[in-house]
Amino acid sequence: MRPFAYSRATDLDHAARLAGDGARPIAGGTNLLDLMKLEVETPDALVDINRLPLGGIETHGDGLRIGALVSNSACAADERIRRDYPVLARAILAGATFQLRNMATTAGNLCQRTRCYYFYNTDMPCNKRAPGSGCSAIGGFNRIHAILGASDACIATYPGDMAVALCALDATVEIAGRDGQARSVPVRAFHRLPGDAPERDNILEPGEVITAVMLPAPPGGKHIYRKVRDRSSYAFALVSIAAVVRMDRGAIASASLAFGALAHKPWHDTRIDDLLTGQAPSDALFDAAADRLLEGATGQGANDFKIPMARRILKAVLREATGDAT
Amino acid sequence: MPLTINGHDHDFAGDPRTTLLDFLRRDCNLTGTKKGCDHGQCGACTVLVNGQRINACLTLAIMHDGESITTIEGLGTPDNLDPIQAAFVRHDGYQCGYCTPGQICSAKAMLAEAASNWPSFVSEDLSGAVRLTREEIRERMSGNLCRCGAYSNIVDAIVDVMEREQ
Repeated sequence: MRPFAYSRATDLDHAARLAGDGARPIAGGTNLLDLMKLEVETPDALVDINRLPLGGIETHGDGLRIGALVSNSACAADERIRRDYPVLARAILAGATFQLRNMATTAGNLCQRTRCYYFYNTDMPCNKRAPGSGCSAIGGFNRIHAILGASDACIATYPGDMAVALCALDATVEIAGRDGQARSVPVRAFHRLPGDAPERDNILEPGEVITAVMLPAPPGGKHIYRKVRDRSSYAFALVSIAAVVRMDRGAIASASLAFGALAHKPWHDTRIDDLLTGQAPSDALFDAAADRLLEGATGQGANDFKIPMARRILKAVLREATGDAT
Repeated sequence: MPLTINGHDHDFAGDPRTTLLDFLRRDCNLTGTKKGCDHGQCGACTVLVNGQRINACLTLAIMHDGESITTIEGLGTPDNLDPIQAAFVRHDGYQCGYCTPGQICSAKAMLAEAASNWPSFVSEDLSGAVRLTREEIRERMSGNLCRCGAYSNIVDAIVDVMEREQ
């Protein structure tokens, strides 16, 4: 690990100021320290935000405000989350291990970086780690890589589960900046597609610190988080789907779907939700939803299987969500 | 402020890069906690921080002043084993023993999590009471690898502890 200066933030403005000067905020540290050991991440300074008052899950309007420092464990164990937002609890519990979830925070989880093998391997070119050096995954081992929204510069995926559920729930990220500035960004717009700047995973600017995630009013309906992975515990998704579907008199009253491990960000396409809304469930309808999801999907060779897999899992999730568990 | 490790105060004043794991082993001479992968994948370094299990390899010692750390040395003594340690002995829950301190610290916290009704990925009903089936125990212990493959005996040991506590 490269040497770095360590400081503990005394308040939010202090954290934002240090972050603006190039310090990396550290909370749980489970991803950042791992990457620093490998020298994939080489920050000159860390600002420890763990003792800032950014914890707790509070009622906020009809919804909930989850503090940035709430651990993944605490979030998934919260009775309100389990009762009113089970897709979020399920998604969190599908990721990592109890040890890691006890450390990992809500904000840190949103900011976790890709698990692309080449991003981790400092001997290989990687545009995300070393902009302009090239992408080794294109034409290389790319079993876990993107089938949607990739670019010539990067085919990495966003690896997380929690953010996929937050996209289905249409949650909002609350962000503080320097000098008391603040802004809110929908989770659906928080992560980026790689384009020609894959080094940027999300829209955070230097000096910005996530302070909370806001959940809207409980959406009701059926909540499903389906994750397909290489082993049944402690593995990243190959394909995952978060679904919140409400039925009314045999028809889909509302549907909100988000997809993990298919792209550089949790994938959400309003057109899929719109296509399903108001319709009676049928195999043809579910195929049409899959057609829309996979419009423009491109395999890279080793990940071609994700295209039919995403279709099958989407159809299975929709069958379960609309009442037919077959 | 010092870190309180197994009830004793230890001051940290080293290189900020020092992980909690290296601080325990190298500076506090508490070598029961093991370094396996050093990347949070194997669980050999599992310790309890303020009662919660974490990977000591993925956190910095400098971040934990004022906090209470429990390592395997704090759970029992050779003459007075923790019930989980005794159950591991009874059920042969190890072969080489390298992962065992992490397994035992993890199991200790896992039972407390279940008692607090924390759900897991395999819990069918998120709002119901947690019942620690073998499937639940396997899922909840999936952050602790055992290269010798003593898993079935580890689950037996944990089930035994639960049954004796009831």
